[in-house]
Amino acid sequence: MRPIIELERISKRYRLGRIGSTSIRDSLERGWQRLRGQGGNGHVPRADFWALRDLSFTIASGEMVGVIGENGAGKSTLLKILSRITEPTRGEAILRGRPASLLEVGTGFHPDLSGRENIFLNGAILGMRRREIERKFDEIVAFSEVEQFIDTPVKRYSSGMYVRLAFAVAAHLDPDILLVDEVLAVGDAAFQKKCLGKMGDVARAGRTVLFVSHNMASILALCERAILLKGGRLINNGPTQQVVRDYLKSTIAEEIVHLEERTDRKGDGSARILSCKVESVESGHFVSSSSRMKFTLAYKSDRPLKHVRFLVTIYDYTNTGIYLFDSDAVGGIPESLPAEGIVTCTTDPINLTPGRCYINLALFRGTAMADHVEQATSFDVEADEFYSTGRVPAREWVLCLLQHQWSWQELAR
Amino acid sequence: MHDIMTSPPPPDFEIRIRPNQSWLRIDLRGLWEFRDLLVLLVRRDFVARYQQTALGPAWAILQPLVMTLVFTVVFSKFAGISTNGLPPILFYLCGLLAWNYHAQTFQLSAGTFTTNAELFGKVYFPRLVVPFAIVLSNLIAFAIEAAIFALFWCYYKFFTPAGAQFGTDARVFLAPLLLVQIAAVSAGSGLIVASCTAKYRDLRHALPLIVQVWLYLTPVIYPLAKVPARWQWALAFNPLALPVEAMRWSLLGRGEIHSAQYLCSLGMTALLFFGGVMIFQRTERTFIDTV
Repeated sequence: MRPIIELERISKRYRLGRIGSTSIRDSLERGWQRLRGQGGNGHVPRADFWALRDLSFTIASGEMVGVIGENGAGKSTLLKILSRITEPTRGEAILRGRPASLLEVGTGFHPDLSGRENIFLNGAILGMRRREIERKFDEIVAFSEVEQFIDTPVKRYSSGMYVRLAFAVAAHLDPDILLVDEVLAVGDAAFQKKCLGKMGDVARAGRTVLFVSHNMASILALCERAILLKGGRLINNGPTQQVVRDYLKSTIAEEIVHLEERTDRKGDGSARILSCKVESVESGHFVSSSSRMKFTLAYKSDRPLKHVRFLVTIYDYTNTGIYLFDSDAVGGIPESLPAEGIVTCTTDPINLTPGRCYINLALFRGTAMADHVEQATSFDVEADEFYSTGRVPAREWVLCLLQHQWSWQELAR
Repeated sequence: MHDIMTSPPPPDFEIRIRPNQSWLRIDLRGLWEFRDLLVLLVRRDFVARYQQTALGPAWAILQPLVMTLVFTVVFSKFAGISTNGLPPILFYLCGLLAWNYHAQTFQLSAGTFTTNAELFGKVYFPRLVVPFAIVLSNLIAFAIEAAIFALFWCYYKFFTPAGAQFGTDARVFLAPLLLVQIAAVSAGSGLIVASCTAKYRDLRHALPLIVQVWLYLTPVIYPLAKVPARWQWALAFNPLALPVEAMRWSLLGRGEIHSAQYLCSLGMTALLFFGGVMIFQRTERTFIDTV
C-alpha cells in the first residue's frame, strides 16, 4: 500500500523584513530609488529564512508519528503546509486522505448563530458535507452536553459550553489524517487531555496521526515513531524511544558546567572547584532511572592538597537531599593531590523517579571547608524500563525506585 | 456503527500540495466540494444581518429611500440635472438598486483577507467561497430594494400622470442578466482590491475613496446620454456604466444602449472577473505568511 503522507523535498522560505505587509509608500520609495539608480542605499537587503529545508519522509496509513524539535525547528510550519494553510516554496507533499487538525477548534463560530447553526457552519468550514453533519448531528449534540441550549445563540453560552460544542464538532470530523499541534491546542489541562484522548481514539480506529509536541512524555506514550527536526531539516526518524533520547542528548548544549564565574560560593577559597560534568555512564547526557552516574570535577589550588575530601550532594526541587557522595566515606582519593587536577565519581544505578535533580559540590581540606557551590548544576532523569512493565511512579509521589518482588501464598487452614 | 458511517476515501483520493501552480488553474473541484459551506455562509450573513438585529431589515429599506430623497432634492431640484424625462424618484431608485448592490459587494469582498485573517490562518477551504458567499448574500438586500422599487413603480405607473412616460415589456427579463454582470464586476474588482490589500495594508484606507469616485463615474445620478460625445469612449473602461444604464432601460424603458459600447463593457467585465479570480487565487496560497 502506498504511504498516506508523502513528503518530497519540501522547503519553505520566509522573507524576513517582508513578514508583515508593506505599505504602498515603502514600495513606491523603493521603486523610485531603483529607477534613479540608487539601488545601493535605499535597498533593503532581503534576508531569507528557511523554516523547512528539503524535508522528505513518508508515513504509512494508521501510523501515529510524533514530531519533536526545539522552537523554530519548523514543526508548526510543517503542520501549516500539510493542512494547506500555506504552501511550500519548493517540493511536493501528497496526502492520500482527508486531513484535519485539532487547532481549528471553534474557528468560524458566529456569536449570533444558534448552537445548531454553528454546528453546521463549523462542520462545513472544517470540510464536512451537509449530509454528513446531519447524520452525526445528534451524536455531536449529545457529546457537547448542550442539548437544552442548542437553539440559543452561542453568544449566550458560557465559555465552557462554547468550548464543549466546538470540540464536539471537531471530534466528529473522522479525518483520515489528524494533525495535532499541542502547543497551539487551546483550553485548560482537562481540555488538552480530551484532545489527547481523541487522538488515541483516532489512532485506534486505524487513522493516521501526526502529533507535534514539546512534551516528551506524551510523545513517548502515544507514538511508535518520531521525527526530529532541527533548523528545518530532518535530523532523525525512527522509533520514538531512540529519537527522544537523541533529542534530549542534543538539547544540552554545554557539556561541561563552568563554575569559575560563580561568586555565590562559600569556603576559605584555598582551593576551588572549576567545573563539573554530569553524565550517565551508559549514554552521556541522557540520564534515566537506571543510569549509573558519572561526575567529573576539575579543581585548582595554589599549593598541593593534603587530606582532601570531595562531596557531591543530589537533592530535589523541594531541597530534600537524596544522595551524598563523600570521598572520605568511600575512599579512593590519595592522601595528597597535585595543585590542579580532575577527580571523578561513578555511582551504581541511581534508582530515581523521572524529574529534575540539583547538585551541590563541596571541597574540604582536612576539616576546613575550602569551597562550596550550591546548585552547581542540574540534570533531568527520564523515564525508562526500570521495571520491565515500563511503569514507574511519578516524582510527585516518591523520589526513589527499588527493585522488588511480589509473591502470593495460600493461607494454611 | 462508527465504521459504517464513515466512508473511506476512494483509493485514488489524493491531495497534492506544491508551490507555484499555474495562474490559470481555478480550483473548481475544491469549490464544488465546499458548496455546502457557500450556502451556510450565506445563511450566516442573513441571520447575522437581518434576524439578530432589529434595525437590520429596516436599514435595508431606509438607506435607498433616504439616498433617493437626497438625490431628488439636491441633484434634480437644486442642480436641475436631467433624469431623462423620468420621475426623479424612480430614476434614482433604479440607479441605486444597481449601485448599492455593487458598492456593498465590492467593499465586503475587498475585505476578504483582512476580515478573515484569523480563520484563514487556522483552516483550509477554497478562499473563493467567502467572496462568492458575499455576492449571494447581498442579493437579499437587493431583493428588499427591488420590492421597494416595484412599489414605487406601480404607484407612479397607475396613480400619476407620469405613468405614461415609462413602462417595460419583455426587456424586464434581461434585468437578472444585468444583475449577473454587475455581480461579476463587483466581485472581480473586489477580489483585485482584496489581493492588493493583502500586500499593501494601507490600501484599505483608499477603499471609501474608490467607491465614491466610482459612483460619480457611473450614471447613477445622471443619465448616460448626458455624457458628452467626446467622452463616451471612456465609458468602456467603467464596466459598470453600461449595465446601470441598461437596468433603467430594462425596468423603465428609457435610455440609450449602443451595442458596440455594450460589447466593450462585457469584455471589460470578463477581464475584471477572471483577472480578479486569478490574482485572488495567487494571493490566497501564501497570504498567511504575511500576516
